[in-house]
Amino acid sequence: MSKPKVAFYWCASCGGCEETVVDLAEDILGVVEKVDIVLWPVAMDFKYKDIEAMPDKSITATFLNGAIRSTEQEEMARMLRRKSVFLIAYGACAHTGGIPALANQFPREQILKFNYEDAPTLVPGEKTRPQLSCTEDGRTVTLPQLHNVVRALDQVVDVDYYVPGCPPTPKITRAAVDALLSGNLPPKGTVIGPDHALCEECERKDTKPDKWDFVEFKRPHQKLMDEKCFLAQGVVCMGPATRAGCEAACTSGGMPCTGCFGGTSRVRDQGAKILSSICSNLAAKEEDEIDKTLAGIPDPVGTFYRYGLAKSILRRKLNLPSNP
Amino acid sequence: MDKPSKQTVRIGFYICHCGSNIAAMVDCPAVARFVGTLPHVVLSRDYKYMCSDPGQELIQKDISEHQLNRVVVASCSPLLHEHTFRGAVEAGGLNPFFFHMVNIREHDSWVHTDPAEATAKAKELAHAAIMRVAMHKALEVKKVPVHPDVLVVGGGIAGIHAALTLANAGKKVFLVEREPSIGGHMAQFDKTFPTLDCAACILTPKMSAVGTHPNITLLSYSEVTKLDGYVGNYTATVKRKPRYISEDKCTGCQECIANCVYKEPKFPDEFNEGLGKRKPVYIPFPQATPQVVVIDPQTCLNFRNGELTGKCKKSCVAACGDKEAIDFSQTETFQELKVGTVIVTTGFQAFDAKRMPQYGYGKFPNVYTALEIERLVNTSGPTAGHVVLRDGKTEPRSIGIIHCVGSRDKKTNRWCSRVCCMFSLKLAHLLKEHTGAEVYNFYIDMRAPGKGYEEFYDKLLEEGVHFIRGRVGEVTDWARTPDEEGKLVIRVEDTLAGYVRRIPFDMVVLATGLEPHADAQDVRRMLNMSCGSEGFFLERHPKLAPVSTFTEGIFLAGCCQGPRDIPDTVAQAGAAAAEALALIDKGFIEQEPNTAFILEDECCGCKSCIPLCPYTAITFDAANKKAVINEALCKGCGTCVAACPSGTIVQNLFDDEEIFSEIEGVLAHE
Repeated sequence: MSKPKVAFYWCASCGGCEETVVDLAEDILGVVEKVDIVLWPVAMDFKYKDIEAMPDKSITATFLNGAIRSTEQEEMARMLRRKSVFLIAYGACAHTGGIPALANQFPREQILKFNYEDAPTLVPGEKTRPQLSCTEDGRTVTLPQLHNVVRALDQVVDVDYYVPGCPPTPKITRAAVDALLSGNLPPKGTVIGPDHALCEECERKDTKPDKWDFVEFKRPHQKLMDEKCFLAQGVVCMGPATRAGCEAACTSGGMPCTGCFGGTSRVRDQGAKILSSICSNLAAKEEDEIDKTLAGIPDPVGTFYRYGLAKSILRRKLNLPSNP
Repeated sequence: MDKPSKQTVRIGFYICHCGSNIAAMVDCPAVARFVGTLPHVVLSRDYKYMCSDPGQELIQKDISEHQLNRVVVASCSPLLHEHTFRGAVEAGGLNPFFFHMVNIREHDSWVHTDPAEATAKAKELAHAAIMRVAMHKALEVKKVPVHPDVLVVGGGIAGIHAALTLANAGKKVFLVEREPSIGGHMAQFDKTFPTLDCAACILTPKMSAVGTHPNITLLSYSEVTKLDGYVGNYTATVKRKPRYISEDKCTGCQECIANCVYKEPKFPDEFNEGLGKRKPVYIPFPQATPQVVVIDPQTCLNFRNGELTGKCKKSCVAACGDKEAIDFSQTETFQELKVGTVIVTTGFQAFDAKRMPQYGYGKFPNVYTALEIERLVNTSGPTAGHVVLRDGKTEPRSIGIIHCVGSRDKKTNRWCSRVCCMFSLKLAHLLKEHTGAEVYNFYIDMRAPGKGYEEFYDKLLEEGVHFIRGRVGEVTDWARTPDEEGKLVIRVEDTLAGYVRRIPFDMVVLATGLEPHADAQDVRRMLNMSCGSEGFFLERHPKLAPVSTFTEGIFLAGCCQGPRDIPDTVAQAGAAAAEALALIDKGFIEQEPNTAFILEDECCGCKSCIPLCPYTAITFDAANKKAVINEALCKGCGTCVAACPSGTIVQNLFDDEEIFSEIEGVLAHE
């Protein structure tokens, strides 16, 4: 019997998810023994044509990380969907849009203009923009085009499972791989991981008083008491609105949760939920006092929607069609 | 989106014309036709009056003939008829919560002027309801027993009457009064208009009935500081202020007063509006209930700045003898009361006449407030009914009574205080009777709309009391003619005669209006009631629920709800008692099942919800490290549901599925 074929692919991502696969350390060898890796651009050399030539559904599982931001990424996502039995959105960007989706706060034109014309690091006056195609010496080269909006994988193609995290932890990756190899599969659409919020796993949880409110917002570098619940100290922590499963890696490492695992299955909009919770618990009751307190959160979108903007109800700044 | 269970959903839709209330602005047949095209809608009708018996029977008939399992009615406000239609749906054999109501009257036909747009809006709202009702689940109404005891807050005539009515019906009543005696403002009045009954003669029998009634526990010199719980099961915390007298030992002999180290009364007497004097140990007035003295720590020599020093020789204690009723060691205590219903009868405060400096109250000694005059003409008052000026000897020969002081005035209080015209007439009559002086009334409009009131006004006109129509500009002691010397001059535009007049008087009386107590907002918050813009407690419906509040089981009577006279107050107190009795005798309340609950396995124990609940229904279970909602306390406000960051609190009738479906429905229409 031939070994199951597995593919790893990356779209709009930082590469951290690829690192996690490597982070499986010795375990990776066990995986490699049991499967044939047919595509892994970060580590091995495969050509587009090789994949294109494969019969549909011939890949057992594709782990795709990164958001979908360009025409090339969309094309690859669609092709890998066709070729794979299971398509797994791997990591926060594929799951909920991730950091790249913060670009949805701005129209594409504004992004291109700043990055290629106005940024202070550019040579003034050149204003060179990337061209979709360019012919020189009789040869034409092409570039993919940027979409108007950044999307999560399931906003482009059908997704079977989600492995959350920025990046997913080795433990949760192993759980996903084990599930696939053992054939003991959860219902389609499942996010691998528990379905309660992070506080459950956080060792600071017991230090949170029953009655508390936000008098002012602090940032993690300000004098904080070790081991105490961040929220109780006035630091925005996404823990209560974020799916558990990371074993509270950030909070036990001295930083508040930033929400990379996304909300629980019961929540449509993680950012709106934590926003609703935090604002309900403000000590201030008068409008100007409330404004003053909230000014302590200088970047609300980046705070509450750091990973989830693409999948949120907010979606994007302008109501543009998603394709160019 | 379609779930298998939805395949079996069969919705009946009804749009009500409400006569022309809705049909004049909304094309009801067109809405019915549109809704008929929506998924799961089996039938869609328009009908003249859905709330009528035939309308309700139509729903019941359709449920059985068309196997409907969901019903939507688009008509008026759910506040009015949700109960009616839920009843009809239940009578048709369905769970009443498989029903949803769309308000296309208050939210649509009554507030729009363009029929095409109003019709489009009705379609959108109906679409939302159709989407939502498909998600509805069967729910159960819970019955919670009603505690039969009643708390009455405030011991004026309203509280007294309500307490006696309930006590006579066999209910146990706790009457809490913050002053040392019950009686309220009415106890201060001399006579009552228009019959000129002696106020004390009709009030004091009721007061002593309260004092001796086996079913009434009178907590005087006490204040309610906290109210927890919900209709049928309230827990009130009452602060008992120290009166330094043991209530069960004091016999009311008043030997202590006679033997106080102060031989003469020295301190302003609150009951007589400061016109008389009292000792540090005193009884507010002869008929005070309870007949128990009180020691004022601010003036008693045994205290300094309210703190016990023990430096007085305590002749009062010696006088009390082996009754041993005087107890200087008393401190504030708190008592918890379990009751099912609460009647709020906290009354009013008189407008502070100093807020209108042009009338000179506090500046000219012979400018009086109406309440001062009530005490001055009273036989048991500070002058034994002998009307003299503040010098204590001169009888006034001319008296001017100014109406609407702190009423009907944009600068102070805009409302009419309703009783000032009549008490001014009464005082005019009494002052004339006591002194034979010339009495003038300065009024804006004469308001005498009660039984026998207009006749009383006629009587006053015949008695020779003068009436000048005009709002008084000022009261001044600046004499311009010799006959104005040493007098108070009222300057007024006589709007009937058409010129400005100056009239000199020996005495000026200000008919001060009625306003909410200074701490009415605190009481409102404590009892979870609402206030109108003027600060009086708000009734649930001005016409149809005049003594109910927006909090179930809390009722209102008397001037805390708005200015009114004694007959209206007593009638209201009776009505409030009847409302409480209705609840108590029913024995249980039905609780709306729109409560919130926590998915116990999923709760991460983040405590975000705990401080938010306005009804203190959420507690933290420290053993399981999870939040717990007491369903009986939950009012279904949804605050915790919205704030739960992990979506673990769910509210019946408002779960995400229902709300998002509703939103999708309302947005589906182009």
